[in-house]
Amino acid sequence: MIFLIWLLYIPALYLVYGLRLALAGMGIYLHTFPTMLLHGAVFVGVYYLIKYLKKLLKVKPRIPANAGKRDKTISVYGLVTVGFTAMTALQGYGMLSRSMQGYLVPICAYVVLALSLNLVVGISGELSLGHAGFMGVGAFAGIVAATCAQNAVSDPFLRLVIGMVAGGLMAGVAGLIVGIPVLRLRGDYLAIVTLAFGEILRSLTENLYVGLDRAGLHMSMSNGGVQLQEGGKMIISGALGATGIKPISTFVAGILLVFFTVAVVLNLVHSREGRAIKAVRDNRIAAESVGINATTFKLKAFVISAVLAGMAGALFGLNLGSVQASKFSYTTSIDILVYVVLGGMGNMLGSIISTVVLYLIPEFLRSLADYRMIMYAIVLIVVMLCTWSPKIKNTISLFTYTMRTYWNRLFRKKGGSGK
Amino acid sequence: MMKKILAMLLAVLMTVGVLAGCGGADVSGKKENDGASVIKVGTSGPLTGDNAVYGVAVKNGLELAFEEINALGDLQFEVKAEDDEADSEKAVNAYNTLMDWGMQIMAGPTTSGSAAATAQKCAADKVFMLTPSASDPAVIAAGDNVFQICFTDLNQGKASAQYIKDHNLATKIGIIYDSSSPYSAGIYNTFKAEAAALGLEIAIEAPFTEGTKGDLTTQVTMCQQANCDLVFLPIYTSEAVKVLSVANSNGYAPKYFGCDGLDGILSVENFDTSLAEGVMLLTPFDATATDEKTQSFVTKYTEKYGTAPNQFAADAYDVAYAIYEACKAGGVTADMSAEEVNAIMVEQITKMSFDGLTGQAMQWGADGAVSKDPMAVVIENGIYVGMD
Repeated sequence: MIFLIWLLYIPALYLVYGLRLALAGMGIYLHTFPTMLLHGAVFVGVYYLIKYLKKLLKVKPRIPANAGKRDKTISVYGLVTVGFTAMTALQGYGMLSRSMQGYLVPICAYVVLALSLNLVVGISGELSLGHAGFMGVGAFAGIVAATCAQNAVSDPFLRLVIGMVAGGLMAGVAGLIVGIPVLRLRGDYLAIVTLAFGEILRSLTENLYVGLDRAGLHMSMSNGGVQLQEGGKMIISGALGATGIKPISTFVAGILLVFFTVAVVLNLVHSREGRAIKAVRDNRIAAESVGINATTFKLKAFVISAVLAGMAGALFGLNLGSVQASKFSYTTSIDILVYVVLGGMGNMLGSIISTVVLYLIPEFLRSLADYRMIMYAIVLIVVMLCTWSPKIKNTISLFTYTMRTYWNRLFRKKGGSGK
Repeated sequence: MMKKILAMLLAVLMTVGVLAGCGGADVSGKKENDGASVIKVGTSGPLTGDNAVYGVAVKNGLELAFEEINALGDLQFEVKAEDDEADSEKAVNAYNTLMDWGMQIMAGPTTSGSAAATAQKCAADKVFMLTPSASDPAVIAAGDNVFQICFTDLNQGKASAQYIKDHNLATKIGIIYDSSSPYSAGIYNTFKAEAAALGLEIAIEAPFTEGTKGDLTTQVTMCQQANCDLVFLPIYTSEAVKVLSVANSNGYAPKYFGCDGLDGILSVENFDTSLAEGVMLLTPFDATATDEKTQSFVTKYTEKYGTAPNQFAADAYDVAYAIYEACKAGGVTADMSAEEVNAIMVEQITKMSFDGLTGQAMQWGADGAVSKDPMAVVIENGIYVGMD
């Protein structure tokens, strides 16, 4: 039996390799005897692996229903720490390619965006399609603040922090203004209105002109409305966006922001407010009947999410030499939403992992040239189907549960979890 | 037990096999590239998505030109195009990927926003950059080693106003432009400033945005009511076609003047080209020109890619030859680092005079902008006819 499949496997390999090589334009790949043997071994290995997995899948994972939230919190912090340490170590040894180093800061920004959106979508239970709008507000506010502070503050890290704080505040204000009318709506209506507000925020920044000269900051909503003295400089020029920014974002700053976000989000979720927010999500009427003000709690989650998105936007904007408002359109909102949905609603660990993976997939698929975005879509569909399959879900939770138990045995000696 | 050992053994073999597979691919890839005999030129542009038509044209133009150059036999080039989706974030990723590949010269990006971000990276890393089509002045402002082969938006607006003034084309001008497009808004700004300086009267400004470009009736009517005898259109063809159709059905027939965005208006699908009769535009490239260079380029391009080249392809073709001539004059060799190449290229490009498809005797200033004469054409009987 095995031998038969092995025979079929070789022509199949030719097909696969032939296709791959045609894509890369490298000519014909010739199999020699040793490589044939190796591929045979690969096949048999895969065969047994599948058999083993099948056996594994038959086992029903037995996970206690209340597998402790403390463990989950630890794994979120742990993952970020491990990621940071690994990347820094690799960078230190010069083993990280330029492109990988380039991905670090945007990934941090997107992780923060996904976590903050998860607060609204997963915890608060409202579908928001305008998250990129807050990111944009934060980005431009951060750029303006960092540029204004250029003369007063020489330390780039401090300037980045000023930018992030300013970005967070502005996005928070925008979140409050948007949130008050929006959160009176429910369900589909709310989703559509957030989409509209996201687009409003984008087109406002698209028509915003900001310049800086010795007299101070000038702002206008019309082209030519900003008249600068000699030596003055335009910071944002409408649809042309902000150009000539000195990139000051660093990976360390990005990771610190991720830690800050994780701390804010997890503490909120586990607090009294968090439980109230979740209660409103699960049953609004029941929650209101015990005296919870549904709109207020939803608004809290929404504004906090906007502040975090604004900070991420500032980190993102100050990482690039040029930023245009068109970046913050609904397509970016949808991208972030995909990270959240794929990672699991309300699952912070999942959000982080899915963001990193989904950000890197299109970059790693660059060698496929024209087929890149098609492949990305296919991968998305496959991942969606897989993570929805109960069998695979069980396997993943069994795996994480086992790992957690080992971790507990190693470091806490008491074994088990949540007891 | 036996089975378990076998499985383990095979798993180990499998890992080795996978690694060997990867290794094999790398080696075969390296054999072709790593002879240190080719100069690596990178570019990035929107190869997928809404603006793919521009990015692909640039990629094709570069590939065609470097194929010809390699066939000459002295300097050998390899060109690689990465997708940046016309997004500054992705452009930086594309740039980093190209640097990992070993890029020595950057011949891109295609669009302005991406180019402004990449230009900063090039300036910081000292990689020579010559963009075919990113016309925003902010691009070349990023560093001393960043150059453009296209007109800046600044120059296009200025040259248009100058041209209208010199040829006495208008007494009252109406402008229809896209305020949400960097290209359109950029030209509008400088046109307005130059028109004021030259004493041209702008009777009405009718902006539209990405969201409102579906129906341009209001904008046309505004121009009509203001009695404009010339409408300036610093926009792309898809919107210009709408303006022309609406004006025609309203019985309004002013003169039209556009910039290089109007190039390609005659090949818009389902458009009655007779409406474009008499439209004037500034364009660096005319695919119907009869000179030998243009004809040979158009024939080869059409043969290879199945469509006629647009101005982006021509700009990219010129970029390739400009790079080739500068490399040859400065003695650039494939084993030099990007920084060494950069120093030579900056020196060579500022002192050369280059004849290409998109202009004669092009020269570059230290600021990175090109100086070449703008070429104005008017559409007569469905073809471009040169104006002087």
